[in-house]
Amino acid sequence: MFSSLQAAIAAAETQGSSLARVALDAEARDQGRSVADIRSALRRALDIMRGAVERGMRGDLRSASGLVGGDAAKLRDGPPGPLAGTLFRDVLARALAVQEVNAAMGVIVAAPTAGGAGVLPAVLTGLAASRAIDDDRLVDALATAGLIGAVIAERASLSGAEGGCQAETGAAAAMAAGAATEMCGGTPAQAGHATALAMQGTLGLICDPLGGLVEIPCVFRNATGAAIAMAAIEMALAGIEFRIPVDEVIDTMGEIGRSMDVRYRETAGGGLAATPTGRRLTRERLVQLKKT
Amino acid sequence: MVSLLDIIGPVMVGPSSSHTAGACRIGLLGRSLVGGTPQRARLELHGSFARTGEGHGTDKALVGGLLGFKPDDERIRDALDIADREGLAYRVEKTTIDEDAHPNTVRLTLERDDTTVELVGESLGAGRVRLTRIDGFPVEVSGALWTIVLVARDQPGSIARICGILADEGVNLATMRVSRKERGGDAFMVLELDDPPGDQALTQIRTLEWVRMTRALEKVAG
Ligand code: SF4
Repeated sequence: MFSSLQAAIAAAETQGSSLARVALDAEARDQGRSVADIRSALRRALDIMRGAVERGMRGDLRSASGLVGGDAAKLRDGPPGPLAGTLFRDVLARALAVQEVNAAMGVIVAAPTAGGAGVLPAVLTGLAASRAIDDDRLVDALATAGLIGAVIAERASLSGAEGGCQAETGAAAAMAAGAATEMCGGTPAQAGHATALAMQGTLGLICDPLGGLVEIPCVFRNATGAAIAMAAIEMALAGIEFRIPVDEVIDTMGEIGRSMDVRYRETAGGGLAATPTGRRLTRERLVQLKKT
Repeated sequence: MVSLLDIIGPVMVGPSSSHTAGACRIGLLGRSLVGGTPQRARLELHGSFARTGEGHGTDKALVGGLLGFKPDDERIRDALDIADREGLAYRVEKTTIDEDAHPNTVRLTLERDDTTVELVGESLGAGRVRLTRIDGFPVEVSGALWTIVLVARDQPGSIARICGILADEGVNLATMRVSRKERGGDAFMVLELDDPPGDQALTQIRTLEWVRMTRALEKVAG
């Protein structure tokens, strides 16, 4: 697999193909598997993602602590805001839906991780539903997203414990932005700019889950991560370029993660987890959990 | 080398790849070490596993793994009830294994028929795991490959003999690690294989007079 997104973009440009294509070829070569085989594994992931969106939208799930659940349905059916009836609102609802399923021990695809699993399905299935994009192109988009994630794993990190939430929901937003840009007809270079644009918007984001549980703020961070991805896609498709090359943006995320205080790396020792209310909810809810 | 399918995956029951999917895989490895669902299991959780395990369903995932459920099996949610029905008596405890143990560590003591195994496993993130101890012997088992674990009398030529049996079966050896507590005592071997070992190879190894115990572990990841 590539360890530089710029190298992958250059390869796609030389071949006159797409990031999806170079990603599938590289994976086939590395793993000694056929492209068809990889595509069918991605196809299964797509089905699970769709299932999770649908499951979460029903609105009846509650997490172990009882702290999250039902908010995706509110976005679907609740009072309108300025985004009522738009694709944007639909994408936010889908992101919440998947994370509510995750928090309730339902089946999801950890892409790239369980904590950031809502962003990619929300953006990709939301766009596909609104523009009649077929499953083959969605599978391609998952390959592109996987490539971007692999580069991030190689150069920076995909773990909140190592790099804060910028490495989970931030990475997810970057993957979704690049993949969806290509899926919507953008060039490999535009997909690179979308990746960089999304990632610059999440640099420095800490990991601070209440009680160490993947619930608050994680569920909502998937919705805001998806929003950042949507903004990046819109900008990149409009021809906007980000002046710092994407590999350098990814390296920056890794560098920030390494120098991040341990309180902000999934230890629940800082950030929202350490607020008075965060501590109180953790105490109360965990006690309640033990009684059940 | 990072694989695309590691990034777009694994498919798993939430909420946490380290506290749920990884815990399930450690349970699965424990299950293969005793050769099936144990009748008794003691689960000692350390560090973050102990602190946030309940909310993450770590206990359910570990027990689910012991019952043979994969990380994407929704029965994990009800694993504790299923264990009661299937005659798996488990006990969950919180402990400090040692100061510098990985934050997501568990020690499992499993009994099945007349076999007892004690293992220590770590969940490293993104669903990756590592067993670090089996019956007190230091090991390194990731479950990303097929693995054979065996205890043998430490004698000249033992390693060559076992490698020979595997080679004859066309099984490629990826890594091998031998440890022992004292010279001439029992040697503990962990062999990671690129291909699943056939029954024939396993039977041949088991019938070697100086081999005391052989266990084949399923590939649980990758
Ligand atoms: S806050 Fe931490 S646990 Fe929650 S999604 Fe972000 S990185 Fe994951």
